[in-house]
Amino acid sequence: MTRMTMIQAIRDGMDVAMGRDDSVVVYGEDVGYFGGVFRATQGLQEKYGRNRCFDAPISESGIVGTAIGMAANGMRPCVEIQFADYMYPAYDQITQEAARIRYRSNADFTCPMVIRMPTGGGIFGGQTHSQSPEALFTHVAGLKVVVPCNPYDAKGLLIAAIEDPDPVIFLEPKRLYNGPFDGHYERPVTGWGKHSDGEVPEGHFTVPLGQAKVKREGRDVTVLAYGTMVHVALAAAEDTGIDAEVIDLRTLLPYDLDAITASVCKTGRCVIVHEATLTSGFGAELAALVAEHCFYHLEAPIRRVAGWDTPYPHAQEWDYFPGPARVGAALTQTMEA
Amino acid sequence: MAPRKTATAASRKKPAEKSGLNGGITDFDKAAEIKAYSEMLMIRRFEEKAGQLYGMGFIGGFCHLYIGQEAVVVGMQMALKDGDQVITGYRDHGHMLVCGMEPRGVMAELTGRRDGYSRGKGGSMHMFSKEKDFYGGHGIVGGQVSLGTGLGFANRYRGNDNVSLTYFGDGAANQGQVYESFNMAALWKLPVVYIIENNRYAMGTSTERSTAQSNFSLRGASFGIPGHQVDGMDVRAVHAAAIEAVAHCRAGKGPIILEMLTYRYRGHSMSDPAKYRTKDEVQKMRSEHDPIEQVKARILKLKHAGEDDLKAIDKQVREVVADAADFAQNNPEPDASELYTDILL
Repeated sequence: MTRMTMIQAIRDGMDVAMGRDDSVVVYGEDVGYFGGVFRATQGLQEKYGRNRCFDAPISESGIVGTAIGMAANGMRPCVEIQFADYMYPAYDQITQEAARIRYRSNADFTCPMVIRMPTGGGIFGGQTHSQSPEALFTHVAGLKVVVPCNPYDAKGLLIAAIEDPDPVIFLEPKRLYNGPFDGHYERPVTGWGKHSDGEVPEGHFTVPLGQAKVKREGRDVTVLAYGTMVHVALAAAEDTGIDAEVIDLRTLLPYDLDAITASVCKTGRCVIVHEATLTSGFGAELAALVAEHCFYHLEAPIRRVAGWDTPYPHAQEWDYFPGPARVGAALTQTMEA
Repeated sequence: MAPRKTATAASRKKPAEKSGLNGGITDFDKAAEIKAYSEMLMIRRFEEKAGQLYGMGFIGGFCHLYIGQEAVVVGMQMALKDGDQVITGYRDHGHMLVCGMEPRGVMAELTGRRDGYSRGKGGSMHMFSKEKDFYGGHGIVGGQVSLGTGLGFANRYRGNDNVSLTYFGDGAANQGQVYESFNMAALWKLPVVYIIENNRYAMGTSTERSTAQSNFSLRGASFGIPGHQVDGMDVRAVHAAAIEAVAHCRAGKGPIILEMLTYRYRGHSMSDPAKYRTKDEVQKMRSEHDPIEQVKARILKLKHAGEDDLKAIDKQVREVVADAADFAQNNPEPDASELYTDILL
């Protein structure tokens, strides 16, 4: 075991995958020489050469499109979109080609590729560097969608994603790159070096896609969260003293329905938290699933805590961000219902 | 071919780069003429049958016929070797047939049946064959261009000398991602032949109404990609250009553009009455430049074969097509359980 930041763990995951399989290539904007805007690919070009880790032009559609061609032709590209906010030009390729080539070719061609993108806010990035577009991907049959919340999961999930036979959208909460963030922005930042999830095995290991993880066991209420919001939910449970069971979904598609229903049927209460805007967010899907599968166990209405239905603000970031106070209030209201 | 009304004489006369490409037409020998004739005829008869089946209600949705453009895919395919890839847009039936895909499987996909190439999940615009290195059939205009570029990347990465033939039309040539692809292909010296099938109409919009630079062979100029205009109605001209373009890519010189000056006789799709052009225009093209009639005339003139021999070929082609149509009408529809297969592994 080694202590790592999430960025180091992601880099290590790509390093391990590239070392084991020379069909894995890594590219994107500033990815090769510069090592990535968040340094996720630093050192990979020196180690594997410019044929395997390289810079692409600022052409998101072209980056994803060429990767689909490579994947259909037997390679395993792992590309970076510099910010999730930049993926819109590539959305056509992701939805129309990557997600569907298996289905419409009768599985003759598949698309084993990973598209990494830093997601979410908390860094004062404003509206074009803070978005959480996961629901735009979970709405697309033929994609897998992963959101890790710590270095251990990031490495294990990324290796699993690269080895997966299908296209995986790998959303990296950028606020978590260098340390866990529980939404208490006024407090000093503690790095991953002092967090147990910063312990990452060396070499090859995977965290299977499609499996949630109980981050805190509890009896009173289930909190369904992913990414940065896992840490916020844990802080809210701590702050309120409510015995919440916090579930980190880790993979949004395919989601771990067994883990969700087991927990909600046990606690009888459910709060769903995400950073993305509320309306038609992934939380709406989770709420529907809970209603469909746990209705007769529910003792209170399902609550969602999410970003407001506004563009991501700059100056008012902490008003927008669903921090521990808002999540805590939802927990309290759910317990009182 | 004769100068065409749709472009200025200057743009048509002046290729982007003179490299001898298409500078002279190399004559076909007897075997090549007969092969070209048979394959073009197969596409035409297949498409005519598809049009009939559409009219009879056996094919639903969208169906884009390749009639008139046959020389392009036949001439290009004759320059390929095993392991080369082909990818195209939605007007894809001809490409599949020359790749060696079975007419039965293609027609059964058109009718949405169980033994269609995509088991009825794809339809006319979305068919594939890994065995024949045909990478689809793509229904989003221009969407396949960056995929074809990636196919070329994988060839270069593996160090083989295979080439990706990436086809798209004059309409798709105005999509932004085409230029992202050109830039990457030139930057990384990828073995991609970009074949722009300029049939003069993007659905109902003529190139003059949509295109500032209607000499599409120049479209790679700012990336340093050589380009050539080719008489896409003459299979010998296509083949000569294909040989040189493919050799250019195999030699590691990067991508190349071939603009095929061609023409589709039918509407954009089955629902298009093609009122945006005159009947005279279509008739003139058919009577003066038809790709199949050109080959037929040469075969007869040079006595490569007689009328009876050609009739025998036509009969054989019609039999294959009739068999495919029969198969496609009687093959069962996919089971409802197929709806949920092949989404993810």
